[in-house]
Amino acid sequence: MAIFQKVETRTAPSSTKGFSYWIKYNLFSTPLNAALTLLGIAILFWIIPPFIKWAYINADFQGSTREDCNSGGACWVFIRMKIDMFMYGFYPSVERWRVNTIYGLFFILMGSFKFLKSPWIKVILMHVYFIAGFILVRGDMFGLEYVPTDKWGGLMLTILVAAVGIVSAFPIGVILALGRQSNLPIIKSVSVTYIEFIRGVPLITILFMSSIILPLFFPEGVTFDKLLRALIGIAMFEAAYIAENIRGGLQSIPKGQYEAADAIGFSYWQKMFLIILPQALKVAIPNLVGVSIALFQDTTLVLIIGLFDLLAMVRLSAADSYWLGYETEGYVFVTFIFWIFCYSMSNFSQKLEKRFNTNLR
Amino acid sequence: MKENKEIIEIKNLNKWYGDFHVLKDINLTVKRGEIIVVCGPSGSGKSTLIRCINRLEEFQEGSISVDGIELVDDIKKIKAIREEVAMVFQHFNLFPHLTILDNLTLAPIWVKKMPRKEANAMAMKYLERVNIAEQANKYPNQLSGGQQQRVAIARSLCKNPKIMLFDEPTSALDPEMVAEVLDVMIELAKEDKTMVCVTHEMGFAKKVADRIIFMDAGQIVEENTPENFFKNPESDRLKLFLEQILSH
Repeated sequence: MAIFQKVETRTAPSSTKGFSYWIKYNLFSTPLNAALTLLGIAILFWIIPPFIKWAYINADFQGSTREDCNSGGACWVFIRMKIDMFMYGFYPSVERWRVNTIYGLFFILMGSFKFLKSPWIKVILMHVYFIAGFILVRGDMFGLEYVPTDKWGGLMLTILVAAVGIVSAFPIGVILALGRQSNLPIIKSVSVTYIEFIRGVPLITILFMSSIILPLFFPEGVTFDKLLRALIGIAMFEAAYIAENIRGGLQSIPKGQYEAADAIGFSYWQKMFLIILPQALKVAIPNLVGVSIALFQDTTLVLIIGLFDLLAMVRLSAADSYWLGYETEGYVFVTFIFWIFCYSMSNFSQKLEKRFNTNLR
Repeated sequence: MKENKEIIEIKNLNKWYGDFHVLKDINLTVKRGEIIVVCGPSGSGKSTLIRCINRLEEFQEGSISVDGIELVDDIKKIKAIREEVAMVFQHFNLFPHLTILDNLTLAPIWVKKMPRKEANAMAMKYLERVNIAEQANKYPNQLSGGQQQRVAIARSLCKNPKIMLFDEPTSALDPEMVAEVLDVMIELAKEDKTMVCVTHEMGFAKKVADRIIFMDAGQIVEENTPENFFKNPESDRLKLFLEQILSH
């Protein structure tokens, strides 16, 4: 019939590459697209310059009293004066180095994770970190002064509630997710009932229940720390959501993986922990980080049971009669802090996904 | 050194999926070192049959014993059988989150409690045998289908199994890759391993099989030597089957 010559590969035409091409085809490809681009730029012009003017150009940074705020812009003096309250709540000022040490240890821990290979050592180190952190912040041991939990507050409390909530909810979530997939009817129905019950109740209700109703069941004289009760409530709540996200991951694992693990002679737990969960968790990373971000924001709800997290401290400070009228600065500050944390988590999630991606060619 | 001793004994095996009768009165004995090829139209129950041997499928009636171990609902016995029986799947079923080397060493390390160094050395030995040692540190998705299947064969060899089950090992492969996998299987067949292969590769069957089993509609219709299987098929169903597959 016919024989065809080999065609040499060549690069794409230069008119379809580069910056101006990108602008033309992404921002101004159609009249509607062009109009939307212009509208978007207009909105940005309308919002950003006044904000910069308020937050930076006309703002007051120096000074220590209300009278120093006289340029008409934001009064960041308020934040500066109250920053210790925002960060540590009512934690005694001479003991705040303990909280800072925990922050420092966190970065050392993260740094060491880069060099450690064994996942077991990582898990053990993390437990050591949490226990050491708890002893440091609470005191009453090794000659450290006792700081009761009602003195804990501000960002420190927000981080503590979120971190302890996520870390303790995670193993429960894994167990619940496996339970829901179980072939044993009792384990399955217990897991399903728990997950569906918790998911049907708002977090506020669970916090109320754990702080008000739970103590009614204890014998008189037995008291449970308020923070601990809130943490238990949050961990129970989060566990249900984490379980559902992990279940989503589990369902994405092909049947062949289970069969291959069975055929190799693995026990149920070997199969789950070596083959299925590593893959399922990888799939679930975006959702799990989503839950973590949501929880970080939900920690603000502990306010209603009398715990003073970052937002509560800002509200409290803005209600200070001397600094009355500076709520806006306070809320902008809170927004910024929350954004930093949530954005970092989101970035971390993308890094994790990349790191565990083994589908690259 | 082929002993005349049965390693797999299947007696009156019956299996239903709900009300659907998939396996009907299967009787089959396989001797140590024997190579059996099972073929037949799709839906005839051939995959289901070999999946019963390592208990990936349960059955309702009859009995299977593997190397003297009766296959019953006892986790320990199932585990004992699975340690002696390895399976190669149609879709390879490698573990995508682990490197090739880790795919191979996982079972020796966790099931046989072998030290990692020893397991690595053994894994490399088998990877060399399937001509793929240079890929040891890649991930399964970086390999071609043929390469993945050869890794899967090496993985099952790492258990040092007495019996190898092959469940249509070449039917998910590009035509160009079938040969490399069949070559590995032919090499294996020269050794003393017992092999049960579900496959449509008739050339392979002719070359290495000791016996060929033909199944249709959940039954064993005919069992024959490779020579007679193709030249003098006895049943009409097999004659029709051979006509269909050999007419092209």
